[in-house]
Amino acid sequence: MALSGLEIYKLLPKTNCKKCGFPTCLAFAMQLAAKKVALDKCPYVSEEAKKALDSASQPPIRLVTVGSGEEKIEIGNETVMYRHEDKFYHPTAIGFLVEDDSKEADLKKALGEIKKLDFERVGQRIKVNLIALSNKSKDKTKFINALNIILKESELPLILASDNISTLEEALKLSKDRKPIIYKATNANFKEIAGLSKSYKTTVAVSAPTMEELETLVKNIVNEGVQDIVLDTGGKNISDKIWDFTQMRRLALKKAFRPFGYPVVAFVKDESPFQEAAIASSYVAKYASIVVLNNSSPSNILPILTLRQNLYTDPQKPLQVEPKVYEVGNVNDRSPILITTNFSLTYYTVESEVESSKIPSYIVSCDAEGMSVLTAWAAEKFTPESIAKTLDKFSLKDKVKHKNIIIPGYVSVLSGKLEEESGWKVTVGPREASGIPVFLRNLGK
Amino acid sequence: MEMLKENWTGKINEVTIGATKEEGGTRSSKVTVGGENTLPYLFKEGAMPNSPVIAMEILDTEPTDWPETLKKPFADVLKDPVKWAVKCQDACNASIICVKLQGTHPDFGNKSASEAGKLVENILKAVKVPLIILGSGDDDKDNVVLAKVSQVAKDERCLLGDVTEKNYKTLTASCLADGHNIISESPIDVNIAKQANILINEMGFPLDRIVMNPTIGALGYGIEYAYSVMERARNAALIGDKMLSMPFICFVGQEAWRAKEAKSTSAEHPEWGEEYSRGVSWEIETAVSVLMAGADILVMRHPKAVEETRKYIDKLMQKK
Repeated sequence: MALSGLEIYKLLPKTNCKKCGFPTCLAFAMQLAAKKVALDKCPYVSEEAKKALDSASQPPIRLVTVGSGEEKIEIGNETVMYRHEDKFYHPTAIGFLVEDDSKEADLKKALGEIKKLDFERVGQRIKVNLIALSNKSKDKTKFINALNIILKESELPLILASDNISTLEEALKLSKDRKPIIYKATNANFKEIAGLSKSYKTTVAVSAPTMEELETLVKNIVNEGVQDIVLDTGGKNISDKIWDFTQMRRLALKKAFRPFGYPVVAFVKDESPFQEAAIASSYVAKYASIVVLNNSSPSNILPILTLRQNLYTDPQKPLQVEPKVYEVGNVNDRSPILITTNFSLTYYTVESEVESSKIPSYIVSCDAEGMSVLTAWAAEKFTPESIAKTLDKFSLKDKVKHKNIIIPGYVSVLSGKLEEESGWKVTVGPREASGIPVFLRNLGK
Repeated sequence: MEMLKENWTGKINEVTIGATKEEGGTRSSKVTVGGENTLPYLFKEGAMPNSPVIAMEILDTEPTDWPETLKKPFADVLKDPVKWAVKCQDACNASIICVKLQGTHPDFGNKSASEAGKLVENILKAVKVPLIILGSGDDDKDNVVLAKVSQVAKDERCLLGDVTEKNYKTLTASCLADGHNIISESPIDVNIAKQANILINEMGFPLDRIVMNPTIGALGYGIEYAYSVMERARNAALIGDKMLSMPFICFVGQEAWRAKEAKSTSAEHPEWGEEYSRGVSWEIETAVSVLMAGADILVMRHPKAVEETRKYIDKLMQKK
């Protein structure tokens, strides 16, 4: 949490010695607050001030990088409780738990299924991010064998979960370049885990059942020199997990409470894949930075990835579709042409109604800077001129043999001018997209 | 370290749907929603006295655009709304039935107000749980149809809707006269939501008989807008805005089952997984999203989605 100029001033020597190049300590403090100078310009600054300023310059929730190469993920560094206050920055990483007592063939099959969880939606790639390997067998050789298979079959970042320090060390030797997360540091083993984290430069999952114990444990492990941490409060019912996540986020953001200023991880396990997915989605919405599941069937994972994509969209910068002519169904040169904007929600609403009408149609998405129809019209981004230009640009006249276009009912006022500008005959469509199927069905009548 | 608890001063109104014999109606059960004085499921900070509920939606006319996954469980009753309602009550344990009078729409059958009235009368006789009754969305027709339906269901304390800031007077007057609750609808907009509630209230309609429909999209189709509007409205209510302190009703089923991801067959999109669980999943996950934002009533369609969402809500409400 950033300090104000006055707060910084209190930490300075207050001698106005001018050695920093500023006339007074207060002036220097103001420049520091504005991040225009560095603290080392002051030759007399105390260790205490250095520490305070250093921690104040860190974000309230640390950005943690896991993995390496193209598949690496960044989590944490969130700034708000609600997405409408700004936005959520670093999407929840979705991972899967695999166990080291699986047969080699089963493990490979599971990894193959995880690899397929990679989709394209609204022009964005959405995919899963992590594999957590559990040392369920308690056997070092089995863990290492499984790890070797994973390293060969998958590029995804890893969570290495074992209670055994020497097993973890062996695994880290093999996989340190992947920057895995070590799971987990507890009260019993935090010194050894901290040692591993420092030697292999990897993130540590710190786990305790209560937030009080977690606070103490984080402080201890930070004192051991560990910097990259993810927080875990173990298995609990959903409302208790949501409470923990909410508290950690609130304390980190509102009180600059350092021990909770890290990304949080949740493991979800339920017999029913529907339940598991529902619980995982709850944690995606409520502040988890990593969610690890067991079931990897696409029908249950696609909705989670979609919700993550939705909630992590910047509310100030709506998703846009590419401005172009979209073909819905088997269009021909008699198919109707509907005009709309390139705001993705608007476009996809129109598209789904056109689809449900079962009447093959062209949808022209005009570049309106991602605004909805009425907003774009008010902002003069959806005008007779711009629509006419779009029709020209995409050579609509070569696609159909008719000269009719349909515009949204809300902008019926554009009709006359648009006909003049474009030479197309304008039909005013329904105001709401829900009226499209009936409108299209009645068009030829 | 001390927990950081918000000192919310506001509280969501409790709204009761359904009237028993003692109360002048004929329902054998009633359902109360709302009453929470904290954000969703933060039981350590406040109370959520009533669990979110699921109403099952039926149509007065056979649906033409439903995918197979959704039609199949109701194949024997889709042509008969009364049997359909009974099936939802008896086979799916629905605690509320939501009747959408889609067929009264001038473009979708144009059934008359008296036909709609007769149907509601028959459903009221056939099922014992409370009813939500929706018009077709055509303002002029709804004003005639819902006025009739309101009379037929007098004193049953149904939840009728929707009214909007532009069309609220007729239905508000009916609901006031016949003892019903009302749904105020706004187009994903906190200010309009508030305005609609103010207008209804100015006609003398009690605030604790209003339920808000914030208008949601399906998961993947703009649900984040509804999510944030609901969070904003709920925050405003909890700091004391009485004109936004209404429970939310979310039409999960109608939205989810319009999504491509819910409707496509396995052959069309093999990479998305098998179509039955994908469709069901899309409805469940749309429900989960709005529950996280504070939904109180979910109107849903598929029996399996209803069953799984109910199980999930039970888990959500567990305190230890």
